Parts: sequence; C-alpha cells; structure tokens
Amino acid sequence: MKTAVFKIWRGDASGGAFRDYTAEVSEGMVVLDAIHDIQAMQANDLACRWNCKAGKCGSCSAEVNGMPKLLCMTRLNDLPLDKPITIEPMKAFPRLKDLITDVSWNFAVKKRIKPFKPRPPDAPDGTWRMAQEDVDRVQEFRKCIECFLCQDVCHVLRDHHKHDQFIGPRFLVYAAALEMHPLDTEDRIAELREAQGIGFCNITKCCTKVCPENIEITDNAIIPLKERVVDEFYDPLGWLWKKVRRRQERPPAHIS
Amino acid sequence: MTQAELTLPRRSFGQTMRADVWWAQPLVVFLGLGAFVVYSTWAAFQGRNYFFGPYLSPFYSPEIFGPSPHSWFGPKPGWWPAWLLFSPALLVLWAPGGFRLTCYYYRGAYYKAFWADPPACTVGEPRKSYLGERSFPLIMQNVHRYFLYIALLFLLVLLHDVWRALWFADPITGAVSFGLGVGTLVLAVNVVLLGGYTIGCHSLRHLVGGFLDQFSKSPACYRAYACVGCFNRRHMLWAWMSLFWVAFSDVYVRLCSLGVWHDFRIF
Repeated sequence: MKTAVFKIWRGDASGGAFRDYTAEVSEGMVVLDAIHDIQAMQANDLACRWNCKAGKCGSCSAEVNGMPKLLCMTRLNDLPLDKPITIEPMKAFPRLKDLITDVSWNFAVKKRIKPFKPRPPDAPDGTWRMAQEDVDRVQEFRKCIECFLCQDVCHVLRDHHKHDQFIGPRFLVYAAALEMHPLDTEDRIAELREAQGIGFCNITKCCTKVCPENIEITDNAIIPLKERVVDEFYDPLGWLWKKVRRRQERPPAHIS
Repeated sequence: MTQAELTLPRRSFGQTMRADVWWAQPLVVFLGLGAFVVYSTWAAFQGRNYFFGPYLSPFYSPEIFGPSPHSWFGPKPGWWPAWLLFSPALLVLWAPGGFRLTCYYYRGAYYKAFWADPPACTVGEPRKSYLGERSFPLIMQNVHRYFLYIALLFLLVLLHDVWRALWFADPITGAVSFGLGVGTLVLAVNVVLLGGYTIGCHSLRHLVGGFLDQFSKSPACYRAYACVGCFNRRHMLWAWMSLFWVAFSDVYVRLCSLGVWHDFRIF
C-alpha cells in the first residue's frame, strides 16, 4: 500500500514544532482519515477537533499545505503525496493543543452584532409573507457552517491581528444576512463602518477562495455592505437624492 | 479578544507553508497591469497617430480638443499654458483610469501584486502596520460609483465612435460611404468588452437594485440586478479582456496611422 509523510504541528500555546508521521494511504481517504490513523497507531495524544466527517459541522478546520481547509473534505489524492503534507492549526486564533485552536473570539464577536429585528407580522396569526426573490440572496449566506476558515485566511486578522477592530468575513456574511433580510428593520451600517471595521477589508478574496460552502463572501456579502456604507457616508449625491425622495414621499400636512 | 492579539505569532515577509507556486498569480497581475500602465501612459503622451480615417483610438475618445477631425471643440485651445504638455488623451484618460483604479476587482488584484498586502493568500506581508480602506488615502476608493457614472457616458461615446467608424471617405472624391473595415470590428469588440466590464460593476449592481431588501416590490430593479449580476459573476474576465482589447485598439489605430498595418476593408 502507498504511504505518505505527514508533518503535523505538535505543541500548545507556549510553543511547538512539526513532527513527521508516515501513514498508509488508500483510495478515497481524506486528511482527517490519516489523522485518525496516526492517532490510533502512532500518537494517541494528538489533539484534533472533529465531528461530522461530512463538511457540515465546521469542526475540523486546520491548514493543509499552508491553506485553510476542512480536514474531512480534503482528499489525499488531490495533494502531492511525493512531498510531506503539512498539517497545522489555524493561525488567526490562539493555539490550544496540536491542531486545536481557541475560536471563542468568534462567538464573542457574534454577540456584538445587532440581532434580527423583524417588522410586525403580516398576518393576524403572527406570521410573515416573503417572496422567493427576496430570500434567494440571503439564503446563500445561511449555508455558512462557521468553520472560520475565512477568518483564518483573512490577512487583517491573520497577519495584522485587528481582532479588536475588525469582525472578519464570517461576521460580515452574518451581518449581510441580517441586513439584506426582507423582514429585518434594524440598521447596522454605522456599526459596520466604525466598530466592526468593514473598511479594513481590502478585497483580496481569500475568504471566498477557502469557503467550503462556496459562498461568494466578497462579491455577494462584503462588497454590497461596503456599497451600503458608501450610500450612508460617502455619497453626497445619493444622500441628496434620498433626502428629496423622502420629502416627496411625505404625506401633505392637513390644514384644519 | 486581546488574548488573541497577544498570543498570535507574527510572520515575516513571504513566510508561508504553501507548497504551490503562489507567486505566479500576483506576478502575472503585476506584469499585465504594469505593461498596460506603461503602454497607456506612453500612448497618452504621444499626442499623434491616434486616428486613422474614421477610426479614433479609445485612449483619445472623446477628443474634446485636438487636431483630428474627431475633435469636438476644435484644436488645442489658446488658453492652454504653453509650458504644459498637451495631448487630447490627457483630458479624458483620467476617467477610465480612475474607474479601473477604484474597481473592486482591480483593488484586490493590485493590492496583492503591487503592494504585497498580502502577496497572496496566507503568505506573510512586508509591513506590520495596516490601515486598510478606512482612512486616507484608500478611503478615496469609495468614489468608485462616480467614476462609474462617467464610464457609462464614455461607453456611449465609444459606441458613437463605432458608428463613425462605419463611414469611410473616398480619398479622391471625398464622398462618404457606408462600409466595414477590420478597424471597425476592432473598435466594436472594444465597446462590447468595455460594456461587459462596466455593466458588471459591483457599484452598478448595488445602484440598480442591490440596495433593496425586498426585490418583489420593484420587479424592474430586480431584473436589472439579475442582469448586472450575470456580468458581475465574470467581472475579472471582463476586466482583463477589456483591458487587453482597449490597448490593442490603440495599437491597431496607431499602426494603421503609421502605415505599418493596412486596414482591410470587408466591404
């Protein structure tokens, strides 16, 4: 049977190093299978977070040959097996042990985004009516499995560590899903510009490249939000146009 | 949040575990955009050989002032300072240049290729500080929609240039007749490609309908949004094809004007 060398990062928050493991490779194997094999046969203490093995839980996020990937969705026959395969934890989050990182920062960020605030129900039974074309756009964003690969690859977090000023692509997608929702009435634009730092994004599209759900993060979520920020803060003609339209739409005052 | 900041290691320039040729794409972008900038700047400063018969180079269109028969308001104005170099292209080229410079696709591409910010995904950067597009000068990128408005007007002008490129003057009698030359096709393809690029603009997609949360209330906006979205999905491809072709159109007109190439008349 064919074998491959896996260079796996071993260590914790205080430091660590790559260690080589050789494992057998069979048809249809993914990187997570190899990790499990190494765990069972060579390194029982190797820490790796995983759950569904189907690319839907977003637990097994790590970096394979330098690119953020889900271990369970990265097939070995797509990798050059003649060279060692490097597997390391995500770099935008603090390391805990081996391939596991502390992603709790993401959950704290999510709490900072204004929640869904629907308009009053359309029907007396407390339900709403939405047209399909209104929900098509936001349905794409709901495919997100929160694997945080997009957060990991984003250089604003990964290299510049702007965790306290920028919410990252995952939460720009989340904000877009709320902001573009046909029932939502909340306004998040000022916060996106200021506290959530959408202006830090310089459209490298790396987040889109690594998304395992193929969400067009940059084109469909971030850029439309940037355009809404422009509407609100950087477009004097647009601002004037809205002002005029609002005045025209205002009902005439009644003279009694 | 501060814990993450404190414990994450910093990487040095070019540091990566990527095993692929990650530098190839930024290098191609660097060479492609660099070659275009060098050629277009050279061509803009020439101020001659930019028209041939009914053809006008797109770098010089609209020719507001200039010596050619395509000029809107006649030759170089008398008030133009003598010390300032004059070329009809310099009066107009800032508009399409600004449109491309502030384009969302190009921004991402040239930040990587020219500024290594980052050089490629997951590759270490040369600088520690980072301001992004939230402060001067890059906050000025938000002006993109204004360049879009001008680019849409330029498209109409270029379309008119194609119409004019269908009318050929007889060199002996001076009589004008309808015809089609290879140059006409070159200019027509240029308008199609520039049209595909401009109509696929992210700002346009937002302005025609993307700003809405309920498309069902504005079916016309929804259709326009879907139409622009179609072009937007291949925005990068349109951007490169139109960039190449607009330069080629100038090369074609220039070489015909210099007598190096012969413009073949189809009819």
